[in-house]
Amino acid sequence: MNVPVRHFDAVIVGAGGAGMRAALQLSEAGLKTAVISKVFPTRSHTVAAQGGVSASLGNSEKDHWHWHMYDTVKGSDWLGDQDAIEYMCREAPKVVVELEHFGMPFDRNDDGTIYQRPFGGHMSNFGEKPVRRACAAADRTGHAMLHALYQRNVRANTQFFVEWMALDLIRDADGNVQGVVAMEMETSEIVVFQAKATLFATGGAGRIYASSTNAFINTGDGLGMAARAGIPLEDMEFWQFHPTGVAGAGVLITEGVRGEGGILRNSDGERFMERYAPNAKDLASRDVVSRAMVTEINEGRGCGPNKDHVLLDITHLDPEVIMSKLPGIREISIKFAGVDPIKAPIPVVPTCHYQMGGIPTNYKGEVVLSTTDNHSDIVKGFYAAGECACASVHGANRLGTNSLLDLLVFGKSSGNSMIDFIKTQPENLPELNMAAIERSVARVARLDGQKNGTNVHEARSAMQRTMQAHCGVFRFKDMLAQGVAKILEVEEMIKTIEIADKSKVFNTARLEALELENLIEVAKATMISANARTESRGAHVRDDAEDTPANPNGRDDQNWLKHTLWHRDGNKLDYKPVNMTPLTVEAIALKTRSY
Amino acid sequence: MTNETIQFRVYRYNPDQDAKPYMQDISVEIDSTDRKLLDALVKLKVKDETISFRRSCREGVCGSDAMNINGKNGLACLTDVRDLKQPIELRPIPGLPVIRDLIVDMTQFFTQYHSIKPYVVNNSPAPERERLQSPEDRKELDGLYECILCACCSTSCPSFWWNPDKFVGPAGLLAAYRFIADTRDEATSERLDNLEDPYRLFRCHSIMNCVDVCPKGLNPTRAIGKIKDLMVKRAV
Repeated sequence: MNVPVRHFDAVIVGAGGAGMRAALQLSEAGLKTAVISKVFPTRSHTVAAQGGVSASLGNSEKDHWHWHMYDTVKGSDWLGDQDAIEYMCREAPKVVVELEHFGMPFDRNDDGTIYQRPFGGHMSNFGEKPVRRACAAADRTGHAMLHALYQRNVRANTQFFVEWMALDLIRDADGNVQGVVAMEMETSEIVVFQAKATLFATGGAGRIYASSTNAFINTGDGLGMAARAGIPLEDMEFWQFHPTGVAGAGVLITEGVRGEGGILRNSDGERFMERYAPNAKDLASRDVVSRAMVTEINEGRGCGPNKDHVLLDITHLDPEVIMSKLPGIREISIKFAGVDPIKAPIPVVPTCHYQMGGIPTNYKGEVVLSTTDNHSDIVKGFYAAGECACASVHGANRLGTNSLLDLLVFGKSSGNSMIDFIKTQPENLPELNMAAIERSVARVARLDGQKNGTNVHEARSAMQRTMQAHCGVFRFKDMLAQGVAKILEVEEMIKTIEIADKSKVFNTARLEALELENLIEVAKATMISANARTESRGAHVRDDAEDTPANPNGRDDQNWLKHTLWHRDGNKLDYKPVNMTPLTVEAIALKTRSY
Repeated sequence: MTNETIQFRVYRYNPDQDAKPYMQDISVEIDSTDRKLLDALVKLKVKDETISFRRSCREGVCGSDAMNINGKNGLACLTDVRDLKQPIELRPIPGLPVIRDLIVDMTQFFTQYHSIKPYVVNNSPAPERERLQSPEDRKELDGLYECILCACCSTSCPSFWWNPDKFVGPAGLLAAYRFIADTRDEATSERLDNLEDPYRLFRCHSIMNCVDVCPKGLNPTRAIGKIKDLMVKRAV
């Protein structure tokens, strides 16, 4: 076998916010860094984030990182690790100011400071009242941020490998990571990227569901590669359903719309969130709002001919505010819902949006295998950041705008950890584990040689339908159990997927097949972890977890205040404790969650 | 659910197999949930998986799915499929080398984007907090920073077709003005020097195809005009 090998100090898989923030640290430190991406960097899905990035800058009113930390812990339904959450919230003002210095075109207040808007679950003084914490560039914050990070990387001469797909992670006999096997899309050439340190920043995998705000490229490639290489996946049962996807189209409408004063209404025109969250109302946490919407629809108060959605109303806002603060939303609404939100409300429905779980890491971005803590049993040379990682700052439910913050904070901390690690490594790279490379090459060869196999589209549809029906906003004991059996059947189908197109030139059919092999790992992890967790917490709510005085809202801290670890090998589940020891402050004590 | 058949004529070329490009007549059935051209194309790819095109966000922000649709550049994900005259003729965006089918080699386009130094240059010591910018100064960036680098504009520009190696093109020049207009950027003079050349800026003859096709409603011609004004101002 003759696979070319290229050598680097660091290889980063993924050129979204996290990958590019890490790349910047490494490039500016003068290290030889390769960034591999399936798409040109500014096409990564960070580009679609709309509402803002959180930081307690206090530009409009008093704010404090400790309040941000409290909101994040509460939002996570206490499943988030408090050391990582403290770290993120304390770093937030620094990384946002840095981003401004990189050229990010934030909106401005009259005094010239960065404009901040209210967002779901952002409160002052430990949950008292809404606070303006989301730093925004109109409703295109992700686009502005991704372009600013790309531009800064152009300045730093970062080396990008654009339209390359990473296929597999390479680990040596001791489990240490040596780099990745990757394929150039234009030529189908397979090349090994060997490096002293490897970072996965591959984003989410929302495409396991039939209806998702996620881009086509969000296929959990990093999770699939990690799982195949024997790394467990953490807390995969927790998926965020964003309250406001455009009904029918799935395209995202930012929570910033409600931050600017938007109201959700049912078929009676009622502002129903007042009943579910009397204090925060439309700005309650996303899991709370999504469940309220589904309850309204299930109880017959949905809108439209099929009573299958609710309405997001901003017709009472000043058209000037809509044009200046929400121009992208108006464009999306007109193009995808056929509605000008200045004149009529937008039809919306909860839509799969964000994966809280991922590759287990600590706040330094190091990948951790331990089942007891976040700092022992570290996989040498392997790092993960952003949506593909589980630090875990989002726990059972992510707060809006904490995703962009996560990319900046943990992209940067991973980059710094990698720099420190690379310094300790000998100049000459060790011998590669050829067996791992051969397995990856064989996987592609199997696909090219498959006859009488399963059609990729059919297998993917079966997976997406199963996830949507069996593991959605509300979960049911029986449906989950059936879901596990069904998803394992789909896995069998996927073992024999076949492509008709065997061309070497930009073969998108082959790429979709390889992506499906990653998606199925994520789907299995999700369904099996969800089936096992017999409580309700954050985004994971089941019918058999009852609301009792001992377990308010069905949350069972006695048995389930712990992280799930799913192993691909035998679909085995392990658990590890939640970190309740922040770095410098006292723990945010367990409390019943209400908004 | 009402199904409908859509007729296509698609530019096909796979250098692995085809001596030269050809147009393929093909149709696909769509249902009422398929509103956009990209929805129909995704269905078309289920029918014939060899049809190759780029796509990602499907909401007009990533800039992947630019193509020439019935003779005009646009994004498949933002184009209503039912508004298009059939058969819908799809070709790659013009003027760049074709890799396969609707996928072009964008190297030349990005080389021009990179040539204008697309990043804020500010060598003053960074303050502890954000650099201040008034809302009015920030407003100067509206209509500039929203570019998604889809290349619809540059590949509809005759000046770019003729001199893609020498003329920066509308996307690159829009970006150049985005940094000139930013009060935080200190390199206006160097940026103008960089464009002071018979080709880089001045090959724009205000044909305005760029404005006509921009899927984000941006106006590169206006930005180019403002750069030309600054050139004149500093000459006198």
